[in-house]
Amino acid sequence: MARTREMLTGNTSVAWGVRLAEVDYVPTYPITPQTEIIETLAKWIYDGVMDARCVSLDSEHSMITAAGAASATGVRVFTATSSQGLLYGFEMLYTVAGWRVPFVMVNVSRGLSSPITLEPDHNDILAARDSGFLQIHCETCQEALDSILMAYRLAEDERVLLPIFVNMDGFHLSFTREPVEIPDIDEVRRFLPPYQSNHAFFKASQPMAQGLAVIGGSSYSYFKYQMHLASMKALIVYQEVSEEFNKIFGRSYNTTEGYMTHDAEYILVMSNSFSTLGKAAIEKVRKKGMKAGLLRLRLLRPFPDADLKAILKGKKAVAVIDQNISVGKGGIWYSEIAGALYHEKNKPLLLSFIGGLGGKNISAQEFEFIFNAMIKAFNTGEIETPRLLYTEGEWREMERLKSIAGKTYNK
Amino acid sequence: MNMTLIKSIKDLPAEENLFPGTPTCAGCGGLLALRHCLKALGKKTVIVNAAGCFTLLSVYPFTPFQNSWLYTAMACAPAGAQGIRDALDILIKKRRLDPKEDLKVMVLTGDGVAYDIGLASTSGALHRNLDFYYICSDNEAYGNTGFQSSGATPFASRTGTTPVGKTSVAGSILPKKNLFEIWRSHNPPYLATISPSHPVDLINKFTKAETYKGPKLFINLSPCPAGWSTDPAHSARLAKLAVDTGIWSLKEAIYGDVRHTVIPRKFKPVEAYLKEQGRFAHLFKPVRQEDVIRKIQEMVDQYWNGIQKKDFIPA
Ligand code: SF4
Repeated sequence: MARTREMLTGNTSVAWGVRLAEVDYVPTYPITPQTEIIETLAKWIYDGVMDARCVSLDSEHSMITAAGAASATGVRVFTATSSQGLLYGFEMLYTVAGWRVPFVMVNVSRGLSSPITLEPDHNDILAARDSGFLQIHCETCQEALDSILMAYRLAEDERVLLPIFVNMDGFHLSFTREPVEIPDIDEVRRFLPPYQSNHAFFKASQPMAQGLAVIGGSSYSYFKYQMHLASMKALIVYQEVSEEFNKIFGRSYNTTEGYMTHDAEYILVMSNSFSTLGKAAIEKVRKKGMKAGLLRLRLLRPFPDADLKAILKGKKAVAVIDQNISVGKGGIWYSEIAGALYHEKNKPLLLSFIGGLGGKNISAQEFEFIFNAMIKAFNTGEIETPRLLYTEGEWREMERLKSIAGKTYNK
Repeated sequence: MNMTLIKSIKDLPAEENLFPGTPTCAGCGGLLALRHCLKALGKKTVIVNAAGCFTLLSVYPFTPFQNSWLYTAMACAPAGAQGIRDALDILIKKRRLDPKEDLKVMVLTGDGVAYDIGLASTSGALHRNLDFYYICSDNEAYGNTGFQSSGATPFASRTGTTPVGKTSVAGSILPKKNLFEIWRSHNPPYLATISPSHPVDLINKFTKAETYKGPKLFINLSPCPAGWSTDPAHSARLAKLAVDTGIWSLKEAIYGDVRHTVIPRKFKPVEAYLKEQGRFAHLFKPVRQEDVIRKIQEMVDQYWNGIQKKDFIPA
């Protein structure tokens, strides 16, 4: 099959990536807005066009367990979830990461309850930040497909051997159709050889104890730190994988994407599908003469410190738009980026904005507000406290809803 | 059906797959039964474990087993078994694994997992007709955390969370869940209760189970000196007393059809079993709680009356 082009949703793009990766096993559990992925795969498997087995588990907790156990037996595994489902299986994320099983899991981001909602923000995937899973976050459907292939290469590399998340936004990407190039299977096979597990397997002739307990902090520390070192090594492996991907498929994905950042003085930092809104805002403000650019976070674990610093070095001001909130602290990436820049000599001013929670739109007006805040900060040298992006119209609408709910108070 | 059933303990398989020197408590009735189970299952078995007393059998870098082992978490060992079973089937089908390398998959948990937190994942595995073994070592409480009440705790047992006090003279006021019937409602091909005091019955049940594809489930009543406050030297005798008093019925269900495999000729009074155990000591001292003891006896009698009405053939 040669390369073809089709209009695909984010979900079906992922499914194509999984099909081309010739995955053996797909344990499933449905949750909106991820379900289209597992339905598409189930259809292909039951139609016999994909030589794999899929099984419906009784919960995400069981699903992640089955995924990890199958990977520990030596097959290539894929699974997917979203939001509440991710949290329901949370215990097992840390567990299977400790098993050092290199399977790929897609998270389709969706705000966390409560209040229960459907649209995206990144508190779900960021809750898994410290689990040991690597994380790749996608902006487009093409990127989602390509990232699945890259994810297997990265995870299965003997220097890494950790599970990996590929993340995309619910609705905004999962259900958006875009033209996507579906790679040729022979080219994929050249890029991604079959999985051969040399470290974890179950077979009669070689009994093996996996996932066993340790007693005492020294063994525990040893294994935990080993995971950390493996994750850090993934930064080197990522370079090799993305170069080779580019050579074969002609598409290049860095750990962080710099969009018009080269000559920029002011930078927006964003991730996932809302970056597209940010890029449009950059183009608009550039027309007005402001030298602005956008840094999109793509590889989030391991954290690409060096690549990030290279882009942000010497800039006047940087505004991090966190589509998440660490309640009681603020934006999660803001803290991480501030940490990364702390020792830099020539570091930019760093501003924090929380936006797009629960899929709330970020309007042109809000971007303008951010650009002005950056200029003002540079001119005065003063950083204002972190802000929630929220328009006056949205505020008025909320007041109206509150009055319907009987929650208006006498001033 | 071509099966060789054994007649006496002299016929027990000599093979050992669980070696001594484990960190379980002295006299652990669960460990004793596990040793027999592994004689029956053999070396080519991968044990999928959930959190419990047996989790500490394999502590890096040691394991007492000839078998492979995977510790999962508390609630999901049957899902781990699903992943391994499916992966082995896929590897064999795709000719990436020699069929000779195939393994039996066995889940090993305590009663806290089987009766409570792992009930949903087990139900899922049964529903999917997963080809696996499940051994529940039922010591009637959360033993590894120091003996707190579980769904398996019987009426009147003292546990860490059902203490005996001024307002609760009986200890646990809830009856034991009937896991046998919960599992049986899924219609698995093979389901049995076992006891470390009846190794011949135990081995034969595994021999029968092996002829079926699908879930093969075993509940072992595991005398627990640490939690039951009993003499470690008496575990096998206590297990036998549980059978002789009718408190623990040895039975099997093949596709739901129940048969009792051991029927005491003359039932001993439940008191003989209760009075030996610290967890029931409050029924006898400082004052004898006649009504509670009678209630336990009635529950046992009621069970066996129901049984005797049916036409059953002891195997
Ligand atoms: S607490 Fe009871 S069941 Fe657990 S190891 Fe000790 S004796 Fe065995």
